[in-house]
Amino acid sequence: MRRRDFLQGVAAGAVTFLFTIPAGSAPIVPTRPGAYPEDFNAFLKISADGRVGCFVGKVELGQGAMTVLAMLVAEELELDPAKVDMVLGDTDLCPWDLPTGGSLTMWHTAPVLRGAAAEARAVLLGMASNSLNAPVADLALKDGAIWVKTAPARRTTFGELVKGRKLERHLGKVKPKPLSDCTLIGRRVPRKDALAKVTGAAKYAGDLRLPGTLHACILRPPAQGQTLVAADTSAAERVPGVRIVRDGSLLAVLHPQPDTARKALALVKGTFEGPEPDVDDARIYQYLVDKAAPGQRVMISRGDVAAGEKRAATVVEGEYRNAYESHATLEPHASVAKWEGGRMTVWSSTQSPFVFRDSVAEALKLPPDKVHIIAQFVGGGFGGKLVGLDAVEAARIARQVPGVPIQVAWNREEDFFLDGYRPAAVVKIRSGLDAGRGAITFWDSTVAGVSQGEAELAYDMQSNRYQAPAVPNLHPLKVGAWRAPNAHTNAFARESQLDALAAKAGLDPVTLRRRLITDGRLLSLLDLAVETFGWEPAPGPTGRGIGLACGAWRQGLVVAIAQVSVDKATGKVKTERVLEAVDVGLVVNPDGARQQVEGAITQCIGQALSEEIRFKGGRILDKNFDTYLLPRFSAIPRIQVVFPETSTAVTQGIGEPPVVPVAAALANAVFDATGARVTHVPFTPERVLEALKHAPAR
Amino acid sequence: MEPTVSFVLNGKPVSVASPRDRMLVWVLRDELGLTGTKVGCEAGLCGACTVIVDSEAVPSCSTTLGDVAGKAVLTIEGLALDGKLNPVQEAFREHHAFQCGYCTSGMIMAAWAFLKKKPKATRSEIVEAMEGNLCRCGAHVRILDAVESAGQAMGGAR
Repeated sequence: MRRRDFLQGVAAGAVTFLFTIPAGSAPIVPTRPGAYPEDFNAFLKISADGRVGCFVGKVELGQGAMTVLAMLVAEELELDPAKVDMVLGDTDLCPWDLPTGGSLTMWHTAPVLRGAAAEARAVLLGMASNSLNAPVADLALKDGAIWVKTAPARRTTFGELVKGRKLERHLGKVKPKPLSDCTLIGRRVPRKDALAKVTGAAKYAGDLRLPGTLHACILRPPAQGQTLVAADTSAAERVPGVRIVRDGSLLAVLHPQPDTARKALALVKGTFEGPEPDVDDARIYQYLVDKAAPGQRVMISRGDVAAGEKRAATVVEGEYRNAYESHATLEPHASVAKWEGGRMTVWSSTQSPFVFRDSVAEALKLPPDKVHIIAQFVGGGFGGKLVGLDAVEAARIARQVPGVPIQVAWNREEDFFLDGYRPAAVVKIRSGLDAGRGAITFWDSTVAGVSQGEAELAYDMQSNRYQAPAVPNLHPLKVGAWRAPNAHTNAFARESQLDALAAKAGLDPVTLRRRLITDGRLLSLLDLAVETFGWEPAPGPTGRGIGLACGAWRQGLVVAIAQVSVDKATGKVKTERVLEAVDVGLVVNPDGARQQVEGAITQCIGQALSEEIRFKGGRILDKNFDTYLLPRFSAIPRIQVVFPETSTAVTQGIGEPPVVPVAAALANAVFDATGARVTHVPFTPERVLEALKHAPAR
Repeated sequence: MEPTVSFVLNGKPVSVASPRDRMLVWVLRDELGLTGTKVGCEAGLCGACTVIVDSEAVPSCSTTLGDVAGKAVLTIEGLALDGKLNPVQEAFREHHAFQCGYCTSGMIMAAWAFLKKKPKATRSEIVEAMEGNLCRCGAHVRILDAVESAGQAMGGAR
C-alpha cells in the first residue's frame, strides 16, 4: 500500500494523566489560544462507567465532524464510536481550536486528536499492566476492557482503572495504530447525530427555552452601512410585555413571545443615516473593475508574459463574472445570551466558538475568560457563521438585563441582509497555446473582487501573471468566506478559459488537459473521472452537453464532469448528471465524505444556475426564498462520487474541495450542448439566452 | 385572558390560551415546547416548519392556531411510537438523509403525509411531493432514496 500514513499523531512528550474530573468542574487544562494543549487529558476524559468523553473546539455543522472525530478516538481505544461522547464547541470545556471551516478539521485537528487517543491507549495499557501484573504485550484491549490474553479472567476496565485515581505518566510520543490494524477507519459508521435529527430532539440555538427568556428583535436600517440616529418607540411600548433596550445604535424590542416581539418591532419608527453607494447588481462589475484599477498589484508572476504572447498560435480573451451569493443556511443566525455573576454565557449557532468568545469579549470590554460560548447544533454554515454578529448583539442586550436570557434569532430577511456574501468578481484572462497545441505560452489574469487563492493548478504554463487589487473596502456590500473562498471564482474563470482554448484549437477538453497537467495525482484522477463517466471526449461543441473542469483546495484535488440539456427557447439549463472524482488522501469516513461531495454538487447547482443577491445601493432586494432561488428537488441530477483506491496525499478535509469546479463544469457543458459560452455566474435563463445570441451558428 | 383553542396534538388533546390568529409554529415552539418544528422563512417557502393537520402537510408558519381548532396536529415529536421510529424516520436515519438537520423535521413530515396517501409512488411523484421543502446542505438525493425506501417498508413495494 502506497498510502502515506495520514494523520500522523502529534501529541507531545511529557504527559500528565489526571483522572477524576467531577462533572461541571473547570477545564483541567487552560485553553491557550493559538495552540493545541500538550496534555491529552484536555481532549479525553474517561468516566467511571468506561464511557469516553471527547472534547474538541470544533462544531457539528452537518458535515459529520462529530462522527468522524469519535471514529478516530474509538479506533485507538478499541471502542464502539457510540461509546464516545462528543462535547463540541464549548469554550470552557474544550481546548482552543480554529473555526470549523477551511476544511481544517481532518487536516489540522484530527492528527492531534488521534495522537491524544494513542497516548491514552498506551497509558491505560500501562496502568492495566501494573494492576494485572502482566506485561503490556500480553494484554488485549476491546470495548473498554483490558485482559490477559492467556487468562481472560484476569481483566479490568477503563472505569476501574481510572476510578478515584490520579497519576502521572511521561510516555513520550506514542504512535497511533498502523492502518493495517484499523477496523473503523475507511468503513461506514452510523452518524452520531442521526437519532437526534430524525426525532426533532436536536437542539439548535433558537430552540433553547431557558426559563424567563426574552426574545429580542432588532431594528435594522433599510440599507447596509447605515446607523440609527433617532427612534420613536412609543407605539411599540404600548404592547403589553414589551421592553425596549438601547445600546448605542442598537435598538431591540424584547418580549417573552418571539412573534409578539417581531410585531412590536414593526411599530418602531427609526431614522437612519449613512451614505449609500451608487451601484446595483447590474453595474457592480464595472464598479469593481474601475475601483480596482488604480490598486492592481501583481500577485503571481512566472516567466515573461509578453514573450509568451508572441509565441502563441491560438489566443483567447475571456471575461468571467460572478454575482454576490448568500450562504442562506436554512437555520438563520441565532444566539442566546445571559449575563450572570460577572460572566456572559452565549449559546450560539456558530462555526467559530473561540472567535465568537473574543468578539463578545471585545464588544463588552470583558476579558475573554469572562465569556463562555456554547455551540449548539448548527443548521448549516458554509462560511456564513464564522463571525459572531448575532452573538454580539445578544450579549450587548443581555448585558443590560442581568440574569435574563436574551434570544436573538434573525428572520430570513435579516439573514439575507446581514450576511457576508460570496464576493462578486470579474476575472479577465488573455491566454494562448503554441502551434503544437501542447503548451500554454502565456496566461494573463486581471481580477477584481477576489484574490489569487487556488488560481493556479498543476498545469504547465510557460508564463503566468495574476493581478488583483490591494484596495480597502473594494466591495460596496459586506462580503465573507463562502465555502472554498476565491477558489470557485478562480476555477470558474481558469477552467472556462481552458475549455475555450481547447475548442478554438480544435482539441477536446481532456486531451488538452492531459497535455498540460504536470501532477501525476491530478492526471490519474482525470483518467478515473473520464473512465467512470464513460465519456469519449471530442472537440466541442458536440451537442452532447458534457463539460469538464478541475479544481483544488490545498492538497485536495477534484475533477468534475457534468452533463446538461439546454432549452434554447427559454434558456433554461437542466443538470442531468454530475460526477466528481475526489482525491483527499485516505478517506476516514467514506459515507461522510460522499455526503460532502453530493452536498457540494447540489449546492453549486444553485450557485451556477440561480443564486444571486440583487441590490440597489445598500438595499438588499432579496428578502426570502421566493426570489433568492435555491435548488429544489426537481433540479437535482444523477450524482456520482468516486474516490481513488490509493492516494499519496495526507488526509485532507472535504468540505471545500468538491465545491471548486462545479460551476465551471456546468458552463463547459452548456458550451458543449449549444456552442454558447456562459461566462456569468449564475447563468440564469436570461444570461443563457443572451449567450446563445452570440454563439456561432452551428 | 385569551379564550382557549383546543385541538389534538400528537394524539393527545390540548388547549392553548393564545390568540387565534397566532401562527401555529410559535404556539408549538413557545407555548407547547415542541421545538422540533423549525422556523426557516415564515412565508411558506422552505418547508422547515411542516406539520400534518388532519392528513395534510402544511407549513405551520402560515397556519394559524384558529385554523387547527378541533383538528389533529402531528409534529415530528409525535411520529415515533413507544420509542420506535416511524418508517420515514428510520429510512432517514439509515440513509443519512440529512446533514445539518435543520430541514429534516419538515422533510420527514412532508414525506410521511405523502406516503400515507401513496406509498407506491414513483421517483418523480416523490420529487413533486417534496418540491416545497428546501435543503441547503444538498442531502436531496439521499432524501429521495429514503422516502422511496420508506414507501417500500410501508408495504408500497413497486
